[in-house]
Amino acid sequence: MAYSEKVMDHFANPRNVGEIPDADGIGEVGNSKCGDIMRMYIKVEGNVITDCKFKTFGCGAAIATSSMATELIKGKTIDEALKLTNKAVMEALDGLPPVKVHCSVLAEQAIKAALSDYYTRLGVDPTPIVGVIKECDHDHGCGCDL
Amino acid sequence: MQIYADNAATTALSPKVLEAMTPYLTEVFGNPSSLYRIGAKAKDAVEAARAEIAELIGAKNANEIYFTSGGSEADNWAIKGVCKMLKLKGKNHIITTRFEHHAVLHVCEGLAKEGFEVTYLDVYENGIVKPEDVKSAIKDTTALVTVMYANNEIGTIQPIAEIGRICREAGVLFHTDAVQAMGNVPINVEEECIDLLSLTGHKFHGPKGCGALYVRRGVRIANLIDGGAQERSKRAGTENVAGIVGLAKALELAVSTMDERRERLTKMRNRLIDGLLNIEKSRLNGDRDSRLPGNVNMCFEGIEGESLLLKLDLAGVSASSGSACTSGSLDPSHVLLSLGLPHEIAHGSLRLSFSDDNTEEEIDYLLKVIPETVSYLRSFSPLWDKIKSE
Repeated sequence: MAYSEKVMDHFANPRNVGEIPDADGIGEVGNSKCGDIMRMYIKVEGNVITDCKFKTFGCGAAIATSSMATELIKGKTIDEALKLTNKAVMEALDGLPPVKVHCSVLAEQAIKAALSDYYTRLGVDPTPIVGVIKECDHDHGCGCDL
Repeated sequence: MQIYADNAATTALSPKVLEAMTPYLTEVFGNPSSLYRIGAKAKDAVEAARAEIAELIGAKNANEIYFTSGGSEADNWAIKGVCKMLKLKGKNHIITTRFEHHAVLHVCEGLAKEGFEVTYLDVYENGIVKPEDVKSAIKDTTALVTVMYANNEIGTIQPIAEIGRICREAGVLFHTDAVQAMGNVPINVEEECIDLLSLTGHKFHGPKGCGALYVRRGVRIANLIDGGAQERSKRAGTENVAGIVGLAKALELAVSTMDERRERLTKMRNRLIDGLLNIEKSRLNGDRDSRLPGNVNMCFEGIEGESLLLKLDLAGVSASSGSACTSGSLDPSHVLLSLGLPHEIAHGSLRLSFSDDNTEEEIDYLLKVIPETVSYLRSFSPLWDKIKSE
């Protein structure tokens, strides 16, 4: 198992690490038993995600996908962010080892969870817009698909 | 600074070992089964190595040593070979432990599918098997007890002599995977009542791809690899002559320097353990005293092992989280889970393993870089936030 240079770059120098104290939406996915938790913070102005930060507990791929995902949605509209797929995150990182694909799924879900929280805070039912956030429900390691 | 701290995975080949091997990779290239002089010379080297290894592990007879491709083959052969013979006598029960190497566990799982009953002994919180548990697990149908000499991840040394005596008294065969212990702790197969023992050269500065299985005279064992008449028709295949010469040389060097190494590495290890235990929410895995001199295995809550390893690699440190054989898997180490650690803590493990090549200066550097890395990763870990707020 080897990581691409892009993955190692985002792992070694993660972008947008930290918290947004006055975030408009916070989403958290994964669980400690599986070995990864991602928490995304977003700041929204009008229809645009003006800022995005993350905190992640997890492997190198989990940190790199979190970092890349924040870069991919920062400055984008909510519609664009909702269209971000785990595939796009993986491609932007020049691929992930097969056992780490689920990290990119987690990153996609973390963004959706943050947007879901954003709509909930506005009093809008997020489900028709964001969809259902899939939660990790397995009880072994984290080699499963979400 | 570049630090290699993963000697439980493999060690660097000793220059003295390479020197001993070189003639058998160059001019003495003959096949030991050939009659002409260049073959006979190779054969002599193989037999001298066999006698040397027998003596170093306290075997009565050189013919009790069989060369293999390494530890995994030796483990496979020992367990499958003995069980195949004893199954014919109605024995279909194996006793092992929860935290064996996969070369033992997966073999036992395979035999379970063929109708063997397998008892997995508890290793408790300290990672040490209780001999009385072995005693009470033995029954009429028990074919084999297999307990590792020292664990590959947490380095805990098992009460092998006591287990050996229990098995001998009960008339049950006893195998030990001594891959990690060999060359690091004194081993004597006769005194410790060991019937079968696996070892491999690359864990003590020998070459990779060459190991041995000790089989006490009188133990009936089916072949694993059939073919030519090498190894008295018990293990076919042209001998890895240079590897065998290297294995014997490496073991001779390891055994002759064992006492000084034990003293030096134990001191270094304890200094590192004490320093790392100063990190908040850290723990040492496995018994502190009954432990290989060069093994440190710690958990740091709130961080994940792989990211710790990658970050340490960027800082020049080669270490491991659990066993390298399982680094392609995402499940936490079965060894740490066998100690009763919860998954979330077992995910954050770090194994450092040292050899003659490591220095006190390296320990100084590790004592600086590991705490820094742990606190860096914790600084953006949502799990650490939760742990702190509890």
